[in-house]
Amino acid sequence: MNFETVIFYIFAAILLLSAARVVTAKSPIHAALSLVLAFFTAAAIWLLLEAEFLAITLVLVYVGAVTVLFLFVVMTLDFNVEKMRQGFWRHLPAALVAGGIMAAEMVLVLRTRTDNVAPRNFDVHYSNTKELGRLLYTDYVYPFELAAVLLLVAIIAAIALTLRRRKDTKYIDPADQVKVRREDRLRLVSMPAEKPARAAAEKTEG
Amino acid sequence: MMTAIQGFLGPWWTLAWTLAKILVIVLPLMGAVAYLTLAERKIIGYMQVRIGPNRVGIKGILQPLADAGKLLFKEIIIPAKSNKYLFLLAPVLSIAPALAAWAVVPFSPELVLSNVDASLLFVMAITSMGVYGVIVAGWASNSKYAFLGAMRSAAQIVSYELAMGFALVGVLMAAQSLNLVEIVQGQEGGFWNWYFIPLFPLFVVYIVAGVAETNRAPFDVAEGESEIVAGFHVEYSGMAFAVFFLAEYANMILIAMLTSLMFLGGWDAPFHAAPFTWVPGFVWLAAKVSFVLLLFLWFRATFPRYRYDQIMRLGWKVFIPLTLAWLMVVGAAMQTPYGYLFH
Repeated sequence: MNFETVIFYIFAAILLLSAARVVTAKSPIHAALSLVLAFFTAAAIWLLLEAEFLAITLVLVYVGAVTVLFLFVVMTLDFNVEKMRQGFWRHLPAALVAGGIMAAEMVLVLRTRTDNVAPRNFDVHYSNTKELGRLLYTDYVYPFELAAVLLLVAIIAAIALTLRRRKDTKYIDPADQVKVRREDRLRLVSMPAEKPARAAAEKTEG
Repeated sequence: MMTAIQGFLGPWWTLAWTLAKILVIVLPLMGAVAYLTLAERKIIGYMQVRIGPNRVGIKGILQPLADAGKLLFKEIIIPAKSNKYLFLLAPVLSIAPALAAWAVVPFSPELVLSNVDASLLFVMAITSMGVYGVIVAGWASNSKYAFLGAMRSAAQIVSYELAMGFALVGVLMAAQSLNLVEIVQGQEGGFWNWYFIPLFPLFVVYIVAGVAETNRAPFDVAEGESEIVAGFHVEYSGMAFAVFFLAEYANMILIAMLTSLMFLGGWDAPFHAAPFTWVPGFVWLAAKVSFVLLLFLWFRATFPRYRYDQIMRLGWKVFIPLTLAWLMVVGAAMQTPYGYLFH
């Protein structure tokens, strides 16, 4: 067993434990944080396979952006854990069936792979990022662009579905704010600073 | 002597040597952080016609040591009903990425801890994890102020990361590499070759987004004193607070370093003529980093704090369209005979 194998087993153990914590943790915050750990260790395992672009993108997209927003939403919601646990036994059979189908599919996919998945020993100048870019933008350019357009449609749809104009909003167009000049807001009135001396004296005497 | 130690340690040599190299980077970095705090107080003091700290040591040069000593001996108070483990984990989560990113930062063509191929991506991925320290701190403190600060910070960091990422895309288009050493080498040959000229809009966006990413004034709504006391670290005291502080300043130095490497030519001298070539490259790099750090301090002394909605507007409606437009300009220009201007 060489050094890399030891590291692989350590990461794999952490990955499985944290993935189990995602579903067993009582607090949703702990579940989300365990998810972060699971993503991070998965990225480390990909790094062992010399797939540095995928590993770093996993951290950048899923840890750096997606789970942050996830955590953001989970923190602002009021969870009642007891209420969520009700009906666990009632839903268990259906969940088992769904889980069983997923596991069977994974086994089928993995069994068809008979070739060795260990990384080939590339020379020092081999760049996984460059190879991936070349493949994505030549051989797979149409599927790639299609996926991009699909994501764009999803983004626009999500915004369109949740967009609502509030009637009581106090939003001001920044362009209008910048355009304001002093004359629009302020009127200078010239007034004498003091009353005339004689009038004031008469007032005190009278 | 090296071979003697190597023989003595045997298989542990690689580990020991790497740890030694990490220490050689982290210890000066911590020193730089300590003296950046002093520089900040002095410079802002002079800008506001004050003297700044001048009591500890000659002209106050021992002030950071006094501060560190004070913070070390203060009690760490853990708020009631807070989540103790996450509360203590949060400072670690915020400083670890700030230090880990330095693993791929080059100080000269050879002087880099790990010259990985996708170092630019690595830096982006690692720095994007710094937000967890802030969020976890805000949530675990069981305090409304801390939570509000964490929410503001999370939204702000996620928004500005996009603009920052697009600015970096411009750099990698110009350098045609993700490797920081190669990016600097692509700019060699005098200041007119540095990327801040052809990529000027991206340069400005990167610096401003860097100020926002590190939660510095004028983007410091996450700790806006006038509204939410001190934001996400309001419940922290002693060393736990000091670790957040260290992380903020280490991040500032990191952003300044990356700006110098990617837009200001790194260790390249501005002119390749007699008096300029006598100065070693590392000194040029340090001078550029110091200049960008001075900008950070200058901004803080100059601008009033942004309103929260203005921050979001600037990030999403100004910076992202601007960077996208400039990327198109760069991409289109590279297809013309004038493409060399952008390389």
